[in-house]
Amino acid sequence: MTEILKTEGLSRYFGAVTAAEDISVTITAGEIVGVIGANGAGKTTFINMVTGYLPPSKGSISFGGNPIKGLGPRKLMRKGLTRSFQIPQLFLELPVIDNLAIALAAAEQKQFQMLRPVRTPERLGSAEEILEQMRISQYRDEMVTAMPQGARKLLDIALAMLGSPRMLLLDEPTSGVSLEEKYTLMDTVMEAVHARGLTVLFVEHDMEIVRRYVTRVLAFANGVVIKDGPVEEVLADTKVQELVTGKYHEHKNPGGDA
Amino acid sequence: MHLDKTEISLIGVAVATALAAQLSPDWLVFTLTLAISTALVVMGVVMLMRAGLVSFGQGLFYCLGGYAVGLGGRFLGITDALLLIGLGVIVTVAVAMILGLLMTRYREIFFAMLSLAFSMILYGILVKSHGLGSTDGFGVVDWTLLWLESETADGANMALLLAIGLALTIALFLNRYFKSSIGLACEAIRENEVRVEYMGISRQQVLYINYVLAAAVGSVGGSMTALAAGHVDPTLAYWTVSGEFVFIALLGGTGHVAAPFIAALIFTLVRTYAVELAPNAWQMILGIVLLLIILFLPKGIWSLFTRKKGAAS
Amino acid sequence: MLTVWAILIDGFIYASWLFLVAAGLTVIYGVMRILNMAHGSLYALGAYAAASALGLYYAGGGDQLWMAFVIIAVCAITIGAITGLAIERGLLRLMYGRDEILMLIITFAVLLILEDVMKLIWGTTPYFAYQPYAAMGRINIDVLTVSRYDLMVLVVSIVIGASLWFWLERTRIGKILRSIIHDREISQAMGVNVERMFTITFMIGATLGAIAGGITAPIISVVPGIGIEVIVLAFAVVVTGGLGSITGAAIGAIIVGLARATSIHTMPELELFIIYAVMAAVLVFRPHGLFGQAVARKI
Repeated sequence: MTEILKTEGLSRYFGAVTAAEDISVTITAGEIVGVIGANGAGKTTFINMVTGYLPPSKGSISFGGNPIKGLGPRKLMRKGLTRSFQIPQLFLELPVIDNLAIALAAAEQKQFQMLRPVRTPERLGSAEEILEQMRISQYRDEMVTAMPQGARKLLDIALAMLGSPRMLLLDEPTSGVSLEEKYTLMDTVMEAVHARGLTVLFVEHDMEIVRRYVTRVLAFANGVVIKDGPVEEVLADTKVQELVTGKYHEHKNPGGDA
Repeated sequence: MHLDKTEISLIGVAVATALAAQLSPDWLVFTLTLAISTALVVMGVVMLMRAGLVSFGQGLFYCLGGYAVGLGGRFLGITDALLLIGLGVIVTVAVAMILGLLMTRYREIFFAMLSLAFSMILYGILVKSHGLGSTDGFGVVDWTLLWLESETADGANMALLLAIGLALTIALFLNRYFKSSIGLACEAIRENEVRVEYMGISRQQVLYINYVLAAAVGSVGGSMTALAAGHVDPTLAYWTVSGEFVFIALLGGTGHVAAPFIAALIFTLVRTYAVELAPNAWQMILGIVLLLIILFLPKGIWSLFTRKKGAAS
Repeated sequence: MLTVWAILIDGFIYASWLFLVAAGLTVIYGVMRILNMAHGSLYALGAYAAASALGLYYAGGGDQLWMAFVIIAVCAITIGAITGLAIERGLLRLMYGRDEILMLIITFAVLLILEDVMKLIWGTTPYFAYQPYAAMGRINIDVLTVSRYDLMVLVVSIVIGASLWFWLERTRIGKILRSIIHDREISQAMGVNVERMFTITFMIGATLGAIAGGITAPIISVVPGIGIEVIVLAFAVVVTGGLGSITGAAIGAIIVGLARATSIHTMPELELFIIYAVMAAVLVFRPHGLFGQAVARKI
């Protein structure tokens, strides 16, 4: 059991507003950790700090035992720490295959080889492979704009998985996706995650999804981690129920309205 | 080296144009040379547009290329066209490498207006340079190309052949460039910078190289214009000239390497007549056509070709 | 010492003119996120309207100074408001929600069209309306002579700046505009008629441009192309100060004005260069200008 990600006293303030306060978390390699919390509880702020999008006001972060605070997304990606986005970040006006080919070209060499063609047989091969794995092969030559939301989410996650990362942070992978699609989407993603042996930290609002795919949960409220532990234990906690899961009762029985 | 279909067509069109020019009247040869030179500058604008940036100051590099030819001939005694053009490229690249450090930090209107401001600085300097003819500019010395001399009767023709040769070389290069990693990275930056950063690509670096290359191409266009017209003046750097380059780039669209050439040819021919027939309405025509393109042909006239092809297949 | 006084006086007079020219540009950008390239054309329209009306007035035997100012004000406000309304209702309204850069190109097209419209109406020969400038004469400050008209421009500029500040900070409509600046969608959801506010803002911005032109008409010869030169200067001012901020435009105008005056009195050949050098220097250290703010993107 080796530690992969560790944060100590991580805090972020926006003026007088505290978005995250004193977050100390240790993640072990291979864990699948869920992050829950109401809107504005500090989940995305936490992910943004860890992946270098937002500089922390205080505290430290280490990845694989090395300090990474202050490194930008580019350096972190090279170290094997990547993420997906709540709003998929894709190249909308480019074909799906090129979205992947660019990512592969960027990932495969330390030095980004500028003047070589981006579409090489090897890259097209790997791109098709991951499209297959994500079950979105039918969009290969379409523009991203032609894809439905669920497929965009999958492509967004696929892009994050290229370049052999060790840890993946998923920011609300099922948001904006219909209830019926959620489970197929998560199954597809988790298959790919296990095939790659990735450590995953993912933000999720749906407690059923959390129960099904996660072993450990971090519960956020008002910028603070109020509970950290095995999934059932955290979800049974009264404080968590009051501050976090209370408002999700209507989602508890997804089969109900089918 | 394997040639793709676009490359073969480009070479074919270049050879055909060069042959047709032998039978064409001088004014047409001259117009064609100017159109090709303009297209080269526009190509730089297109390179930036593919990265999501609109430059209202490409005239800066156009002017540097032109003045390098003028000054190189006048003060350094260089008469060989290729050397003069090379001098322009060196000067331009040096300037672009400095400006690029600042420019690549900006996007959208900031990039547009800053590029405009920098080209206006050059304009301002040249206007105040009385030794260089101030607003009147000065003439370019008679030039040679390798062993050929331009003052002979077929000087216009020689300029056109040189322009075609340079344009073909640059078009072939850019056709590959647009499909290369950096070419696609530029488009990726236009589409989504956050994702580019998370892919491990340095936006700064990609934009910087693209900016400097676009400047160099623009400089070649400026040098060619100076060689063909035999004269340079500060209006080369005036921002409305850069505005015309943006116009032509939008007219052609960024879809294909040949688009700027077609658009520049249309532009140059129409201007030749419009300026004579309605000198006080030329800009109005430009403005109205620009609005029409934005409203009805957002991808430029090249999209007409591709649309037709799509319908036929 | 004399040079220092001359630089200060010239600098502040020039700054006040720059502020007049830039104010409308920055107001429109601040509220609507449109950098209006045609702002210079509105300036030119104001100048042409004022110059030709003043020409008629003086040719008809008029010689009242106060009447000249009434004419300038009426002409500039009328033409600015009407043109502003036409551009906003006729064109920009169709394009809201598009990229900022596309809006820039659209206003560039408007500029091209207006430039030739002016040539078709007023021809290419210069218009002069120097009478008010001459009539006001000069005063001596110590050993320097300063035109009273220039000092009046300074006063007008301060009055306009103060009114704009009051309008944005102290009135109900200003409050609504600030809410739009802060978050357009939320204001719309709260029942603000954003489209009407845009029309008002654009008309006011356009009118400010025309007023700047009208006031300048007696100082310059009104010829084709003046608008194009002005927009480049106005842009340098608002970028130095920070796009969209009135305070920024004022500070930017003072910095650029003083820098230019310093250059004119010490190294005249660098005049144009200095203006942009100041701007570039500010941007190297403050990428969004002195009072500008970067906006983070939601992911």
